[in-house]
Amino acid sequence: MNIIANPARLRGIEARIRVEKISRRSVLKTLGIAGGLVLAAPVMSRQAFAAYQTGAGAMPHGTVVDPRVFVAIASDGTVTIVAHRSEMGTGVRTSLPLVVAEEMEADWSRVKVAQAHGDEAKYGNQDTDGSRSTRHYLIPMRQIGASARAMLEAAAAKRWGVPATEVRAVNHEVVHTASGRRLGFGELAADAAKEPVPDVGGLKLKDPKDFRYLGKGDISIVDLRDITVGAARYGSDTRLPGMKYAVIARPPVTGGKLKSFDSSEAMKVSGVEKVMEVQGWPWPSKFQPLGGVAVIARNTGAAIKGRDALKIVWDDGANGKYDSAAYRAELEEAARKPGLVVRKEGDVDAALKGADKVVIGEYYLPHLAHVSMETPVAVADVKDGKAEIWAPVQSPGGTREDVAKTLGIPEANVTVNVTLLGGGFGRKSKCDFAIEAALLSKAIGSPVKVQWTRDDDVRHDFLHTVSVERIEAGLDKSGKVIAWRHRSVAPTIASTFAANAVHAAPFELGMGLIDLPFEIANIQCENPEAAAHARIGWFRSVSNIPRAFAVQSMVGELAHATNRDQKDMLLDLIGSPRIVKLDSVKDPWNYGEPFDSYPIDTARLRRVVELVADKGGWGRSVPKGHGLGIAVHRSFVSYIATIVEVAIDDKGKLTVPQVDTAIDCGTFINPERIQSQIEGAAIMGLSLAKYGEISFKDGKVQQGNFDDFPVVRMDEAPLVTNVHIVPVDADTPPSGVGEPGVPPFAPALINAIFAATGKRIRALPIGKQLET
Amino acid sequence: MIKMKINGQERNWDGDPDLSLLWFLRDEIGLTGTKYGCGQALCGSCTVIVDKQAVRSCITSVSDVVDREITTIEGLHPTGDHAVQKAWRQVNVPQCGYCQAGQIMQAAALLTENPKPSHDQIREAMSGNICRCGCYQRIENAIHLASTGV
Repeated sequence: MNIIANPARLRGIEARIRVEKISRRSVLKTLGIAGGLVLAAPVMSRQAFAAYQTGAGAMPHGTVVDPRVFVAIASDGTVTIVAHRSEMGTGVRTSLPLVVAEEMEADWSRVKVAQAHGDEAKYGNQDTDGSRSTRHYLIPMRQIGASARAMLEAAAAKRWGVPATEVRAVNHEVVHTASGRRLGFGELAADAAKEPVPDVGGLKLKDPKDFRYLGKGDISIVDLRDITVGAARYGSDTRLPGMKYAVIARPPVTGGKLKSFDSSEAMKVSGVEKVMEVQGWPWPSKFQPLGGVAVIARNTGAAIKGRDALKIVWDDGANGKYDSAAYRAELEEAARKPGLVVRKEGDVDAALKGADKVVIGEYYLPHLAHVSMETPVAVADVKDGKAEIWAPVQSPGGTREDVAKTLGIPEANVTVNVTLLGGGFGRKSKCDFAIEAALLSKAIGSPVKVQWTRDDDVRHDFLHTVSVERIEAGLDKSGKVIAWRHRSVAPTIASTFAANAVHAAPFELGMGLIDLPFEIANIQCENPEAAAHARIGWFRSVSNIPRAFAVQSMVGELAHATNRDQKDMLLDLIGSPRIVKLDSVKDPWNYGEPFDSYPIDTARLRRVVELVADKGGWGRSVPKGHGLGIAVHRSFVSYIATIVEVAIDDKGKLTVPQVDTAIDCGTFINPERIQSQIEGAAIMGLSLAKYGEISFKDGKVQQGNFDDFPVVRMDEAPLVTNVHIVPVDADTPPSGVGEPGVPPFAPALINAIFAATGKRIRALPIGKQLET
Repeated sequence: MIKMKINGQERNWDGDPDLSLLWFLRDEIGLTGTKYGCGQALCGSCTVIVDKQAVRSCITSVSDVVDREITTIEGLHPTGDHAVQKAWRQVNVPQCGYCQAGQIMQAAALLTENPKPSHDQIREAMSGNICRCGCYQRIENAIHLASTGV
């Protein structure tokens, strides 16, 4: 199987898939809510019409802007709004419906949120990744709400026999100011459903100064109470009558295969009912399962115990020699030789040759595992040529496609119910675990839950890549940087789709390599080859992590080399306020967004640096053993700058007294959730900087749980993380929040460590490098 | 036959006595509020309270809790309004929420033992509970709020 033959078919990567016009079914039927709902009618495709363009239309299945798909009003006035994106902790399941409620003048306390199942023909693209939900859906959701409002107003005007211009919706009712008459949304629902859906282009959106909810941050997430009482339902919480519990032993080496197995001891374990082979696909095979041996039992504990008793012989295959220490040396060697040139301005070779001083930094970042608290898990019930899935998936539409394809049944026969996700971070964009459940359920003829243990999760992840970033910066006599060569070497995510993919895909090059925002006369970015020997996938912020680590560490190194303040050096390199042009780059990737709406704007980049320096007290005096570090990075079309204060004691123990982050993410829905994302990004950034390392020996992952792949715990978390959001006007297009907080953290920390100790760390994780 | 009391209710088990309490709760009696996170007492997602003490249910076998009183997140408070639960909501602690039942049970046990924990005591007591979303700052604030009302 070679899915990348047509790269345009990759989901969520380059998003160049034509919007398909597929007829849609009625909202009543597919929402699965009891009757009494209106605004339900056969639906036609309608495109968003916005003041600014986004890449939403280029995503698989594009965008659907239709109140009849997303809004239902019951006669008692209850408004049900569909959340079609997956909730993994960003708050999207609350924020997008809140936008609809805002525009339609619904009272949030009378709104219920219904989670869409995977159906992109109906809802538009559902890939919850790439920090895209708000930037792609703010305007469409406003239009959906405004359409519903217009239909309610039209229905009321007709009832009263007055012109529609004389009535307006206010807080869950429509009022006719002149006569003082008013009708609740519930009373108008049936009539409103008969009104034509207004033309999107003619819709009048609310004036942002009249917003009740947007931009305020005082609405809590809809699942808050359920979470605190144990009633929130995650993928792992799905229970069906007659459901069996399964765990799978998978090949320990990527691309390995099952040779033979002996299940006799496993079958003796109390509660174990069946042991069977699970189909695997030859690597690389996109998101298809790895195969192996499944143990099926009456509960998960029995299945795990049964698996422990299996005797299995594997054929490790071609990746059986993958060794992280040797591979690092290979990457370093590649980074020291010329590679594929992906951006070129001026003459970097000549400029480096003529430079007064050349500073070279080589930065290493190992593989990382996602370790979301909820491991991959899925329930499937496959019978009579139909499949129903319950799973915590970031890509419900893609899951539906892949399950249908794997089982050889039409997509219409596959229902994907999207549960809450106990964390995602990109891991749950890949639906291998849902396909495993579908295969097993089909084989045993009953519903089955496939539970990944933590060990499975760590050893069989779609890992963050491993990379060497080498930067050579040339300075003239005055200390001005005149040359910049950045070589980035790392196995590509495309290798998960196609054998022999050895160069970064455009979407990877666009994450902090070719989009360097520095004003330097001679710039060259290169991408030498790197072959993958493990499954590589998206990890929160993706290639931005190693690139920001390298580029922003180099800024610190240059500041030191020229005896300058880090922040001053950074602002000098960014240079004048301007729009960065990437004329020398073939196919520059801008997170799937048009550069017109989302340029690389150095004025905004400078502003977050200046804001964080101001609010975070850059230059303040700190106690002995403490240091301040700063870094800035544009990713997911947002601008983020971070200052970390670090404290290192005389034994080399590192603590973080304070973190300040400034974010410019354009206009926004919920500042309180932005704050929580940035607080969390500091923890994730600190985790990867201190501990993050997945290593291979003999083709096998050497780690398996939180003991050997630690993440930051509360006793080592920053004492305080302050978040400063750049206020912008409501016309500024919204940009990403979920991911961009992560990349600047590690280099800010590393620069702080240098300030505190004079020690320059160029290989992550920090591990024991500070111990004395 | 193993007997135990879970959220005030008698429960019996006549299967494998080594079955962990976690999978008994989740798979055999459907109390899914208690979560699996690591299976080795490394993350605290599966924390329940056994006779007032926070316990990792993933490494506690059913035979370890014979005749003991077990409280899960579902039984922490009849209306879900334990001081810790209320504080959690007031501070908007959760992101994905998955680890929060374990965090809340750990925090509730801490406050039973030490009604006014200091900053360092909170950080130490909660350091066995991992939150991959990174809600630690708010967890600490919520525990302060639950213990002091401020």
